[in-house]
Amino acid sequence: MGAFHSRPDENDIRHLAEKTGFSVEQVEILHRRFKQLSRDEDTLQREHLYGIPDLERNPIRTQIVAAFFDKRNFDKDSPQGTVQEIGFEQFLTVMSHFRPLKLRMTEEQREQLRLEKLQFLFNMYDLDNDGKISLEEYRHVVYELLSQNPQIGNESAAIADAAMLEAARICMGQMEPDQVYEGITFQDFLKMWTGIDIETKMHVRFLKMDNTTLCK
Amino acid sequence: MQCNRFKECASLLVVVLLICSSTKAEQSTTNATAGNEHGAPPSGYQIVTFKWHHVMDPYIIALWVLVASIAKMLFHMSSKLTTVIPESALLIFIGLLLGGVVWGADHTASYSMTPRLFFFYLLPLIVLDAGYFMPNRQFFGNFGAILVYAVIATVWNAASVGLSLYGVYLTGVMGELKVDGMLDFLLFGSLLSAVDPVAVIAVFEEVHVDEVLYIIVFGESLLNDGVTVVLYNVFDSFIAIGGVNVTGVDCVKGVVSFFVVALGGTLIGIVFAFLLSYISRFTKRVQIIEPGFVFVISYLSYLTAEMLSLSSILAITFTGVCCQKYVQANLCKESATTVRYMMKMLANGSETIIFMMLGISAVDGGIWVWNTAFILLTLLFIAVYRVVGVVVLTWFLNRYRVVPLGFIDQVVMSYGGLRGAVAYGLVASLDEARVQERKLFFTTTIIVIYFTVVLQGCTTKSLVTWLKVKRSEHREPSISEKLNGRAFDHILSAIEDISGQIGHHYIWDKWESFDRKYLCKLLMRKSALKSSDQILDVFHDLNIKDAITYIAEGERKGSLAFIQTPNTDQLVNVNFHSSKQSEVDASMSVLKEGASAVCLDMQAVELRWKNLRESEDVYTHHLLQQYLYKPKKQLKYKYGRHDITSTEDDAQEKEIFEKTMKRRLASFKSTKYGVSQSKKVAKHFKKDPSQKKRSDEMLSNGGQLVFHDPAFSDPEHPHEYEVISNGGSNFIPNVTRQALADTYNGIDNPAFMLNEEPVARQALPPWATNNDTVVLSQRARVQMPWSPNNVRRLMPLRLSGRSTDSFLLADVPVPEEHPLSFLPERTAL
Repeated sequence: MGAFHSRPDENDIRHLAEKTGFSVEQVEILHRRFKQLSRDEDTLQREHLYGIPDLERNPIRTQIVAAFFDKRNFDKDSPQGTVQEIGFEQFLTVMSHFRPLKLRMTEEQREQLRLEKLQFLFNMYDLDNDGKISLEEYRHVVYELLSQNPQIGNESAAIADAAMLEAARICMGQMEPDQVYEGITFQDFLKMWTGIDIETKMHVRFLKMDNTTLCK
Repeated sequence: MQCNRFKECASLLVVVLLICSSTKAEQSTTNATAGNEHGAPPSGYQIVTFKWHHVMDPYIIALWVLVASIAKMLFHMSSKLTTVIPESALLIFIGLLLGGVVWGADHTASYSMTPRLFFFYLLPLIVLDAGYFMPNRQFFGNFGAILVYAVIATVWNAASVGLSLYGVYLTGVMGELKVDGMLDFLLFGSLLSAVDPVAVIAVFEEVHVDEVLYIIVFGESLLNDGVTVVLYNVFDSFIAIGGVNVTGVDCVKGVVSFFVVALGGTLIGIVFAFLLSYISRFTKRVQIIEPGFVFVISYLSYLTAEMLSLSSILAITFTGVCCQKYVQANLCKESATTVRYMMKMLANGSETIIFMMLGISAVDGGIWVWNTAFILLTLLFIAVYRVVGVVVLTWFLNRYRVVPLGFIDQVVMSYGGLRGAVAYGLVASLDEARVQERKLFFTTTIIVIYFTVVLQGCTTKSLVTWLKVKRSEHREPSISEKLNGRAFDHILSAIEDISGQIGHHYIWDKWESFDRKYLCKLLMRKSALKSSDQILDVFHDLNIKDAITYIAEGERKGSLAFIQTPNTDQLVNVNFHSSKQSEVDASMSVLKEGASAVCLDMQAVELRWKNLRESEDVYTHHLLQQYLYKPKKQLKYKYGRHDITSTEDDAQEKEIFEKTMKRRLASFKSTKYGVSQSKKVAKHFKKDPSQKKRSDEMLSNGGQLVFHDPAFSDPEHPHEYEVISNGGSNFIPNVTRQALADTYNGIDNPAFMLNEEPVARQALPPWATNNDTVVLSQRARVQMPWSPNNVRRLMPLRLSGRSTDSFLLADVPVPEEHPLSFLPERTAL
C-alpha cells in the first residue's frame, strides 16, 4: 500500500501497467485521478469516493464504493473482509475489471476475463461473503437499485423474489417439494449469465486523453 | 403433401395471372370503345353503364396491391421457399412474370413507377417504420459507427464508383456515351451509393445475429438513404447548372448544403417528434383516432422537410426514432398495437409494391440500352468499393471502439451491400433532358439491383451460417436479466464517474436523468409516467404468464387441487382427478368437514347449519348476480364511429378472465408474503386435536350435516368453485369471524388472506422485514417448479419454535393413501 509517493517513477508505472493490463498512459491518467480524489494523499478512503458529485444520484453507490474496499476484488492472497483505505495499486486493480477486451485474444483469455468480471459482480451482490447470494442480500440490492423510482420501490421485494425464483429455476430445474433453494452460488451465477456476453458489455472506455479537469 | 401444396399454389397463381391479363385486355378494348362513345352523344338514358375510365387508376392500384399480397401469401405457404430465396427476389420474379404476361397480351409498356409515387407515398412509410422500431439504446450507443458508415461510406461509394467509371470511360472501353463529363458519372454513382440490406436484415432477424452487427447494418441502411438523396440532389443541381459552369464556390456551397440539408432534416424530425409526443399526451378522449396522429404528424414532418428542401427521409426517420418512447407510453394499449400493426402493414406493403414494380418495369423494350462494359464494370466497382470502404472504415473505427468489429462482421457487412428501392426510385426520377444517358443508367441500375438482390440475397444466409457469425440468443424476457442490466448501467456510469472519464455511460446517464426530470414530465401522461418502468412491465407480464400456466396446470389436474388445508393432522386431500363423480363428492366432503369441525352440541350445530344456509343463500345470490350473464343472442350490437364499444360479450369474457386472474395473482402475493397466513395457521394448529378427532368421528357417523348445492357440484366449471368460496368469505356479514374460520378451515386458500394482510409491512423497507416466512401448501405437490409457492424454497425457514414444526410437517408431502382414507364417508351420502 502506498507504493507511490507524489510522483510515481517509470518503473513502477510499467510494472503496474503490466500487472493490470492498462497502458502506461492510462495508468498515469488514473493516477492523476487518484490523487485528485484522495486530495493528494497516498490512500483513498470511502469518504473521498462519496464526495464525487456525479455519484450522488447513483442508487447503488454504496455497493459500488464498497467494492473498491472489498479485499475480494484486489487481494488474491487473503480474499476476506474489507479495508478502510486503499492505495493506488488496489484502486487500479479494481478498475481493471472494467477494461475492454482486446481484439486479439484467445478463447481462454476471454473466458478468464469473463470469469473475473462475473466474480466482481457476484461479490457486489454477496454482501456477507459466504459464497452465496441469499434472498435477503438480493432483495437489498434490488431495493436500492429500484429506489429511484418511487412507484416500484414497494414492489422491489416481490421483484427480487421473482428474480430469485428464476435463478432457482435455471439452476435447479425441477425441484423436489421439500428442497430449499438457499441462494445463488457462483456456479449458479455463471449459469444465469450464459449466453450474455458480459465481456463485451462490462467495460468502460479508459481514454488515453486526460480530462480529469472536466469532472470533479 | 408438399406436392399438393405446390399444385395449389400454382393453380392460384394461374388464376391471378388470368385475372390480371384479362383486366389489362379489357382496358385496351374499353379504351377503344370509350373513344367511340365520347364522339357520339348517348342515345337515351342508360340504366347501367360500364365506366372503366372512371375507376381505372384506383382500380388498377388496388389490383396490383391485391396481386402482390396474394403473391406474398403464396410464398409463405411453403416455408422452405422464403428461407432459400429472399422475398424481395421472389417479388421481383413475380413482377417480371406479370410484366411478361402483360407484354405478351398487348405489347404496350406496362406501368412504371413514377418518382412522385415513390417519394411521396411509398418511401416515407418504409422509413418511418424503420425509425419507429429502431432500438434506441443500441442505435445511439453505436451512433458514431453508424454515422461513419452512413455518411462517409456512402460518399465514398458515390465518389469511387462515379470517378472510376469516368476513368474507364476516358479510356474509351465503353464506346461513345452522350455524357457531359464527370458529373453524370458522379450522379450515377451517388444514386447507386445507398445500400439497402432488406434481405440481409431479414436474414439477421431470422438467425438472431449479434446485436452490435445488427444495429450497425440496420442503422446504416436507415441513415444512408437520407444521405444518398441529399448527395443525389447536390449532383443533380450541379448538372442543372451545367458541368462547365460549376465553380469552386459552387462546390463549397454543395458541401455546405449537404450538411445543412442533412442536419436540417434531422432537426425538423426532432421538432415534429416533440410535437407528436406532446399531442399524444392529450389524446385520451379520442382514442379512436389516436393512431392517426402518429401517421399524420410523421408524414407532415416528411412533407415539411421536403417543402424546405431539407432531407425529408432523415426528418421522418428521426421523428420515428425520437417519438417512440413517449408515444408508446402515452397511447393506450390498443392504439399502440394498432400503430405497430399499421406501421408494419404499410411498410411491408410499400416494399412489396416497390419490388414488384421493379420486376414489372423491366419488361419494356423501350428502356433497355445495353452497354456490356458499363454494366459489368459498374457491378465490379460496386462490389469492390463496398469491401474497400467497409474494411478501411472499420479499421479506422476499431481504433476507437471499445467492442471492435471482427473480421467476420466486416465480411458480412461488405457482402450485405445490396442496392434496392432507393436506387430505383432515384434513377426513375432522372430527367432525360438533363441526363441523356438516362436509359443506360436505368438499365444498369435495374441490373445491379437484380444482381445484388437475387444473388447476394440468396447466398447471405448460407454465408452467415457458414461463417458462424456471432449469434445473440433469443431469450425470454426475464427479470433477473432486466435487473442485471439496470445494475450494469449504474455500475458502469459509477466507474466512469470515479475514474474521471466522460464516456459513453456518463453521457447516457446524464441524458437519462434529464429525460426523466424534464422530458418525461412534459411529454408523458401522468398515468403513463407511473407505469413506464420496464422492469415493472416485465414483472407484470411474467406474473400474468405464470398465473396463466398455473391455472392451466391446475385445470389439467383438477382445480380443486389448489385448495389446501393447513391442519397437519387433518389433511383433507382428495383425489380430484379420478372422475367427475368423485370430484363432486370431494368438494362436498370438504364443506361437510368444515361445518362439523368444532361443535358437537346438536342445537349449536343446527344454529350453525342455519347460519350456513343463510350465508349460502347470500353468496349463491351473489354468485348468480355475478355470473348470470346474458346469453349472446340478446346482445345488441352498437355502431359508433367515435368509439369501439367493447360488446358486452367481450366485456363479460374479459371480466371473467380478469377476475380469475386477480384471484390467482392475489393468492400469489399473499402466499409470497404469507404474514397473516402464518398467524392463521398457528391458530388452527392450536386447536385441540381431540376436538378434531371428535369431529372426525362425527363425520363418519352421520351424514345429516351435509348440504348440497348444485353450484358446488358443477363439474363443468371446476375453478369457479374457488371463486365461490372466496366470494363467500368476503361478504357474509352475519357469520362471525370465528364461525367463518371454523367453517372454512377446510378450505384454506391463500386468497382469503388478501384483505387482512397488514399494511404495516410497507413501513419497513421490504427487504428488511422478516416476512420471508412463507406458507407451504399442498400445492407444492402438484405445482410446476415456477409456481409462486416456490418462494419458500429460496431460503431456510426462519420460524420460531413450534410453528416451524408445523410448517415442516405441513410441508411433508402427504401420501396419496392418507387423504383418500377420508373419502369413504361420501359413500354414506
